[in-house]
Amino acid sequence: MNKQIFFDDLHEGTLIPPLIKNPTTQQLVQYAGASGDFYQIHYDQDYAKSNGLPTVIIHGALKNAWFGQIITDWIGSSGTLEKLSIQYRGMDVPGSPLTIDGKIVRKWVEHSKYFIEVELWLQNSNGERTTKGSAIFSLKSITK
Amino acid sequence: MKDTIGVETTPIFNNVEKGAIMKFAEAIGDNNPLYNNEAIARASIYGGIIAPPTFLRSMKGATIRLESEISLSKRLDGGSSWDYYHYIRVGDTIAVTAKLIDIYEREGRSGRMVFIVRKIKYTNQLNQVVATQDSTLIYY
Repeated sequence: MNKQIFFDDLHEGTLIPPLIKNPTTQQLVQYAGASGDFYQIHYDQDYAKSNGLPTVIIHGALKNAWFGQIITDWIGSSGTLEKLSIQYRGMDVPGSPLTIDGKIVRKWVEHSKYFIEVELWLQNSNGERTTKGSAIFSLKSITK
Repeated sequence: MKDTIGVETTPIFNNVEKGAIMKFAEAIGDNNPLYNNEAIARASIYGGIIAPPTFLRSMKGATIRLESEISLSKRLDGGSSWDYYHYIRVGDTIAVTAKLIDIYEREGRSGRMVFIVRKIKYTNQLNQVVATQDSTLIYY
């Protein structure tokens, strides 16, 4: 498991460890089954095209899951995710790697809790940022 | 249509099953042992298996159907904004309710687009709100 992180060691402007995903059409079917979202644009080529899409597209909520994972992978049991937001600016398709990155943008103390805000974005293999968001988590310990 | 704003749907109750959490974690490609390993999860500070933050997307709630009123049928997910208050655990019963909080229109490249924002509330069997999700759907 990952090592503990502490409030005093985190600084505004620092990048957090990235998360790389290689989504396939099979994963979209798997996610459709696990989430119950069977909207056909995620697995039926003809349906997607008739809706004006280039091909099947990745569920927004699957990208949302990865925005959660990049935070939980990093903070482990050092802290608790309090808020998570995501805005889809563009669509993503299976078949090429996607990178999720994050940068610390704010740290503060409120009611004796230590908060960190991270800006998040997802970049496709053409270097386009199709998805943006943010996360706020609280940490239990200020320092070792 | 504006008169449906703020009206909460009837709750739908969802049981949280271990297998469902494990399958969801596997589907998103997250092998965190807190989601799939009972022994490790029990020994951790969480005391047992918990669900990944967006597992709540698999919960069923009453739908607010507006396609016919806005006469647009294609839709895309515009985004979500979550607030988390408690962990979701195996054996929980989660009541899902939703209410419409905003509707607005924009002209996009492909014509008229209608944005529908719902606040979805997830409440466990202890009557604790575990999370809320503001979810934006775009009809076009």
